[in-house]
This record gives sequence, structure tokens and C-alpha cells, in this order.
Amino acid sequence: MDQSRRTFLSDAGRWIVLTGAASIAWDAIAAGAPETAPNYRMTEHWWAMLLDIEQCIGCGTCVRACKTENNVPLDAEHFRTWVERYVVNIDDPDHPIVDSPNGGYDGFTDTPLGPHAKTFFVPKMCNHCSDSPCVQVCPVGATFVSPDGVVLVDKDRCLGCRYCIQACPYGTRFIDPRTNTVDKCTLCYHRITKGLLPACVETCPTGARRLADLKNPADPVHEFLRTHTVHVLKPQMATGAKAYYYGLDGSVR
Amino acid sequence: MSGARHGRHLVRVGGLFVAGILAFLVVRHYFVPTDFGVYGHYRAGALTDARARPIAFAGQNACGDCHTDIVEIRKPSRHRAVSCEVCHGPLATHASGDDPATPRRPDGRTACVTCHQKNVSKPARFPQIAVADHAGDAKCSECHQPHDPKIS
Repeated sequence: MDQSRRTFLSDAGRWIVLTGAASIAWDAIAAGAPETAPNYRMTEHWWAMLLDIEQCIGCGTCVRACKTENNVPLDAEHFRTWVERYVVNIDDPDHPIVDSPNGGYDGFTDTPLGPHAKTFFVPKMCNHCSDSPCVQVCPVGATFVSPDGVVLVDKDRCLGCRYCIQACPYGTRFIDPRTNTVDKCTLCYHRITKGLLPACVETCPTGARRLADLKNPADPVHEFLRTHTVHVLKPQMATGAKAYYYGLDGSVR
Repeated sequence: MSGARHGRHLVRVGGLFVAGILAFLVVRHYFVPTDFGVYGHYRAGALTDARARPIAFAGQNACGDCHTDIVEIRKPSRHRAVSCEVCHGPLATHASGDDPATPRRPDGRTACVTCHQKNVSKPARFPQIAVADHAGDAKCSECHQPHDPKIS
């Protein structure tokens, strides 16, 4: 065996410390796999989203772009992202009137507003939780948090059992009627791994949506999070949601 | 003597266990993909699958690579941060050269109204107008150049 003492000790150490599957994972991580985008290393990113309520104009461009980019069924029931319109009576802020005609796909027309009400738009999508309830309930490992922090679905393994749809506190999952498997926002994983922005971020005309890489120290998100008050939806669910809302009203559910 | 008989019982039960475990391992081998568990409790190939989707929107940089004249017009404009594909639609096949067809030109009103039609739910500081009162049926582009809409 022409193996140097150094490599023998290093290999032996690795096999002792990292056994079985963990050792295979180490090889993959060290190689920066998968091979399709050799310059993209999953371990160097932790993706999140910033949503700025004060910039959202409810134009629905994100909804249309998402459906085009991801081939989402073009009916009024299936959305990876959608825009809700809130009308909050300030005398009864706990019971806002929320509507989202066709998910905001066609934009919004004027709504009558009483003198004691305020109104605004809230874009909704998968929150890409780091402690995701949908991942925890999947019985076959068909949904998971990727090493770069994106909640994805493996359509080859999904049984269509709908547990994850019930588990998601944000209602972001649906069954694709064409495949009878679950579908959801992938944060445009096929785009962000190529250095592009998600379709909704790319097409948002006001900058209400921003992609954030929490592991990249040069990302302006760190400065934004440090200097602004942000909220996640349903923090009491302890999901580790990574969709950060700026300017979110307390009435939003 | 009775001890030996009980011993056979144990061997039989033990054999059943061993056979069961072997059957489990064989079934598991056929049903669990080989790349399952590389990164976690899922199939590592699912990451590659998620990446394999073709893109529909080319992205702002791809547009600017060729259309430098429009980039210059947009530079001082209030529309400078608006991505081209917001109004012109998804153009990845156009940018990659796979689709020789000229992209359709927006009609000079629909795309404008999508954002700028007055709506009480929009943030008050966003420029918006009751389009019918302001312009009737006229096209916005008759007065406003969409790449640099301010009338000086």
C-alpha cells in the first residue's frame, strides 16, 4: 500500500468521526455537489426573502411571473405566490376583511372604504422555514429543507397524501391536479442556483420583494435587518420562517 | 432433555427474526433510492431535479447586454429599477437566441395601468392616477415615453 501516513490518519479519522451516510455527505459537500452548476456551492448560501408591505402596489406581476416561470395551473385555485388585500376597520383590528380575487393575478380594482378603515396589500408565499412543519410530517422524505435553506418537494417520491398541506401554517402548498403530487414555491431554485433572481423578485416593479442570502456577508439584507423592524408571519408557530416582512400590520395572519 | 427442546424453540424464533430482518433489508434495498440520505432524510437527486427546470425570465442583465441604448435612456428615469420583463414579458428564449421572433411590443396603456391606476389600497406615495379621468381612452405612450415617463 503506497499510502502516506498523513492520508491514512486523515481517512481513518474521517471514518471514525463521520460514519456511514455522514461520510458520504462529507464527500458531496467537499465536492460542492450537485455537479450541474459547478460554481454554486450549497453550503455557502442560506436563502431568505424580504417583503416590503409599504412598496407593494398589488399589481399582481409577481403572481403572473410565478405562474409562467414555474408552469403553475392557470386557474383561480393554484398559486405558489399570491397577493392578499387587507381592509382593517380600526375599531375592530382583529377581524380584517381579506380578499385575493384570482390570487391577485389580474391586479385589484377599487374597493369602497369606510372612514374607519385602512387597507394595504400583503404578498404571500412559502416562508422557507428552517424548522418547517411540512418537512416534519412528510412520511416518505419527499419534502425537505435543502442545505442552502430552501424548502423543496421531490415529485418522484411524493405520494400526494396531503399531510404537508395540513401542516403548513401559511397555506402555501397545493396538489398539482396534473400530477397529483404536492407543489409549492421553490424560491425559483432553478434560477437562484444560476445566479438569477426568483421570477417574482425579478419582475416586482417597486422592489417590494427582495431575495436575501443570510450567509453572504456582502448581502445588504444584514444592514436592512439591523436597521429595520421586521416581522415573520405567525411567530408563535416557531417555524423559523425566513420570509421577513417590513411594515407588517398586526392584523395580518 | 427438556432444555434441548426449549433450545429448538429459541432457534426457531431466532431464525424467524433473522429471516425477517433479511427480508426487510432486501425490500429496503429495492425501495429506497441509493442517493437517499446523502444530505438528510431525502433523495439528493431531488436537488438536481429542482435545478433542472428551464428558465422563462432571462433577467435584467441579459437584456442590458444587447439593448445598451435603452439602458442609457432608462438611467435617469424613475423607471430605472423596473426590470424590462415586467412590461415586455418573459424573454429567456429571446435572450438565448433560441426564439428568432421579435417580442411583442406593449400597447402603451395596459402595462402602465397595471401599476399606476389609482387604488385606495396602494401606498399613498406611489404615483397613481384615475386613468379614465386623466387620459380618457388615449394611450399613455402618446405623452409619456415608457422608458423615461417624466414629461419635462
